[in-house]
Amino acid sequence: MEMHFDQHISRQFNEDLESLKTEMLEMGGKVTRQVADAVDALASADSELAEKVLRVEEEIDRAEMELDEHATLIIAKRQPAASDLRMVMSVIRIARDLERVGDEASKVAKMAIALTDEGTAPRGYTEIRHIANAVRKMLNDALDAYTRFDVKSAMETLAEDEQVDMDYRSAVREMITYMMEDPRSISRVMNVLWTLRSLERIGDHAKNICEQVVYLVKGADIRHGNEQNLR
Amino acid sequence: MTTMTLNVGPAVAAGTETAEQESVKTNAEIVKTVGQPFSDDAKLKMRNVNVFYGEAQAIHNVSLDIGRNEVVAMIGPSGCGKSTFLRCLNRMNDTIEGCRVEGELTLDDEPIYGPKVDVVPLRARVGMVFQKPNPFPKSIYDNVAYGPKIHGIASRRAELDEIVENSLRRAGLWNEVKDRLDKPGTGLSGGQQQRLCIARAIAVSPEVILMDEPCSALDPIATARIEELIDELRENYTIAIVTHSMQQAARVSQRTAYFHLGKLVEVNDTETVFTNPEHELTEAYITGRFG
Repeated sequence: MEMHFDQHISRQFNEDLESLKTEMLEMGGKVTRQVADAVDALASADSELAEKVLRVEEEIDRAEMELDEHATLIIAKRQPAASDLRMVMSVIRIARDLERVGDEASKVAKMAIALTDEGTAPRGYTEIRHIANAVRKMLNDALDAYTRFDVKSAMETLAEDEQVDMDYRSAVREMITYMMEDPRSISRVMNVLWTLRSLERIGDHAKNICEQVVYLVKGADIRHGNEQNLR
Repeated sequence: MTTMTLNVGPAVAAGTETAEQESVKTNAEIVKTVGQPFSDDAKLKMRNVNVFYGEAQAIHNVSLDIGRNEVVAMIGPSGCGKSTFLRCLNRMNDTIEGCRVEGELTLDDEPIYGPKVDVVPLRARVGMVFQKPNPFPKSIYDNVAYGPKIHGIASRRAELDEIVENSLRRAGLWNEVKDRLDKPGTGLSGGQQQRLCIARAIAVSPEVILMDEPCSALDPIATARIEELIDELRENYTIAIVTHSMQQAARVSQRTAYFHLGKLVEVNDTETVFTNPEHELTEAYITGRFG
């Protein structure tokens, strides 16, 4: 079934749904920027950029609350059904994921500040950069798939999370080995580990967004490994 | 005419729906109903039903079951044939001149349209509630007692008293009217009148209740009470309801049937219809697009 949200008899309803989607995608753009900035701040030991990430975080929290309110109003006033209902539900869910991605970006920014204060970690930057690139791509592709109602691309992006998880586990093993070899580095390497953990979580959230694309377009709930629900 | 048993509603208005259909482009491609039109425990079975008003065909090859203790909601744009179809189920269409019903319709596997079928007991088994409450110009008591009396269900005063009280109680009206049973039914508020009509319908112990937009003339509070009542009545009756309010269909029914230009487009669990309908036309209608 094709997705059209601009054909309601009520023009106001068209506009409400359209602006809800736009608002969510704007929030998505902002969050994507946050992840990029946080990783850059870490890589280049730029505590100023990291501070900026922490400030913008507040805007993202506000955006989530506004999206929630707008979605609630649409439900209350329009009683959306079928694809309209799924659209509103998916936006609410994605907004929560985006807000958490924002939180993870803030954590990375805090690590960036910590690492500039405590001195750079001896290891782990390559891994951070590698995983950061992967999850940033996932996040972009997930939001892009949502914009285009593209289930195929959502499923492809969703599958990438497995590789991210594997890379994360292997990076963790490496960091543990390093800490065992040089216990003096533990506190700094721990910062790297927390960062990796945050990045890996961002991958999970991107995956959740992909699942919402499938829910929106197909009406199938494939969360928690229920891909068989996709008929 | 003996169609007075349960109602004397404005059934004749139905003929006008067909004129509209002529002007709308026909969707010839829809022939097969999607979803689950059949029930394992069917009270009413309709197979390949066609209805004509003179030359014009109002219903095209509709097959549908209505299960025991089930509420089936019929939705669709004006003139889609949902009311016409509903009125086939207790032969209210017989009262419309030039109306012809074809196909197989059964109630408990007995034909509804048969040469030997007497419509008077049929309409006692299949009661009807109309859009506008239409109490008889009689007392509240007599409104409810009329049916049981003429059907010979009760003759003694004590029996009638019991039926009247029970029916009014089940319709959720007893407490409001018990002290003024001798007052005219027409003096009640709209919502109370509609509940009186429901009490009148259930007084003859029907097995099926047909409701043709029972709440469209009522305010939201009265509507909520009727919907609550429909849910309670489901324990004992099979209910088919035609409604223009999709929210109402979503609230009261277990299955929803979507009619479009005289065809049954989709029948599915109400949850499915309102979250993920199978047919594009259903989606377009329930989301307020119209395609």
